[in-house]
Amino acid sequence: MPHMSDIQKVIEIEVLRYNPETDKAPSSQVFEVPFTDDMSVLQGVQYIKDYLDGSLSFRWSCRMAICGSCGMMINGVPHLSCETFLRDYYPARVRVEALNHFPIERDLVINMEGFINKLESIQPYIIPKEPRTLAQGEYLQTPEQLNLYEQFSSCINCMLCYAACPQFGLNPDFIGPAATALLHRYNVDSRDGGKEERMDLVRSEEGVFHCTAVGYCSEVCPKHVDPANAVNQNKTNAAVDYFLRFVSPKGGAK
Amino acid sequence: MSKRRPYVRPMDGWWRKNPYFVEYMIHEGTAFFVAAYAAVLLVGLVRLSQGEAAWNGWLHSLTSPWYVLFHLAALLAITYHTYTWFKIMPRTMPPVVVGGERLPAWAITGTGLAVAAAAGIGLLAFVWGMAR
Amino acid sequence: MKPTLKRSNAPIFWALFGAGGMLSALFGPMLVFITGLAIPLGLLLPADALSYPKMLAFTQNFIGKGFVFAVIALFLWHAAHRIFHSLHDIGIHAGTGAKLACYGSAMVGTVIAAYALLSIGF
Ligand code: SF4
Ligand code: FES
Repeated sequence: MPHMSDIQKVIEIEVLRYNPETDKAPSSQVFEVPFTDDMSVLQGVQYIKDYLDGSLSFRWSCRMAICGSCGMMINGVPHLSCETFLRDYYPARVRVEALNHFPIERDLVINMEGFINKLESIQPYIIPKEPRTLAQGEYLQTPEQLNLYEQFSSCINCMLCYAACPQFGLNPDFIGPAATALLHRYNVDSRDGGKEERMDLVRSEEGVFHCTAVGYCSEVCPKHVDPANAVNQNKTNAAVDYFLRFVSPKGGAK
Repeated sequence: MSKRRPYVRPMDGWWRKNPYFVEYMIHEGTAFFVAAYAAVLLVGLVRLSQGEAAWNGWLHSLTSPWYVLFHLAALLAITYHTYTWFKIMPRTMPPVVVGGERLPAWAITGTGLAVAAAAGIGLLAFVWGMAR
Repeated sequence: MKPTLKRSNAPIFWALFGAGGMLSALFGPMLVFITGLAIPLGLLLPADALSYPKMLAFTQNFIGKGFVFAVIALFLWHAAHRIFHSLHDIGIHAGTGAKLACYGSAMVGTVIAAYALLSIGF
């Protein structure tokens, strides 16, 4: 925390508070937070917890945009609060809320159960085509093979894309951007043989067709995963499969 | 008993709360003009099938200021549809790899818009050629 | 998630939406300009560009028929799909009713277009 002597400016941070034990619904509370130019919104919120109101709840860990736990709505836009700076909002007030479209557990903490279930459901691991022994050595990957999935493997599960996706907000069953990106990451991996199983999910009613190509998920993604691209490529995949299954029933799809 | 009581926020008016979503609703709204224009064409087609007098009546009706105004609005809306259709294209299509490099988004959008321009000019040239 | 996953029938509507979206993106603006502005206002094109004999010949031609049918039908299916989703977006979950109104009108329009084109003959 900044030392009192280098504090020059004070910014107002408006936080959406919710205490499930006492509140019927969330409400805003404004804090005046002294800050320096190098302070992130996360640090501003930490200042509140340390000096102004110890009951404020939020998640964070790495403070370097890699753990994916500090996502918040900042002036209505999903951001990682640790890489978003107070100086960019000063002198106006900055509004901080829990990630949109998720149930609020308390203050800025959301319920991510649904997301975790989706992550599990896509089987986010390589399912080998055939068993392979250690003696057979490692799998080799060409740069081209890596290129196919590398971008989709950069996801840090921050859920900003879900907070950006109105279709997820309207229908929480929708598999959504990040889970589809990760699903795609494994489906296009040359070592993987689990595509058929995962495609059942892609083409299901919870699958990719909820998406209306809003595209905001890719816009807010801090890791340039472009989850919208994964979702929409899989619309094509599911459609091809939908029409071709009459032509070559089963077994045709790799 | 658990003290948990997760609060689900309502979605009312979500599209008004972010300029990105406002734009989304506007480009989705171009569909009304696409539908209305298709309906105008459908009426024309039916008139055509009913003979010369009916067709000429339809052609004449299009000169009414209301129709002209509608077509001006439709031209704007559907042109905007063209622009947004190709703008989102890099996000919706599989990556295009040219010479080992992935084609950047602007190249895909640019190609789409160029093809659309060519298609439009081709259509105009065709109608012009048909008229002579 | 759910133990039983039901295959979605969305690909049919999505494919029609995409085809109509592409067709209207490519030809929509110029079509509107020609039929809605150039001809009625006498701009640019010869006044008789869409005269009865010419349009009749065009729609009696196999390719012309196909083009007119594709434009009308696919524009309708594209718009129906978008409008149906927009209704859902703004919180009108009329379900079957909205679905019927949107895709139903596209269907009716398609049938009328096909009927008119067939009655024009070859
Ligand atoms: S796709 Fe991007 S925005 Fe979505 S969870 Fe992964 S890193 Fe975050
Ligand atoms: S605290 Fe880890 S991503 Fe922000």
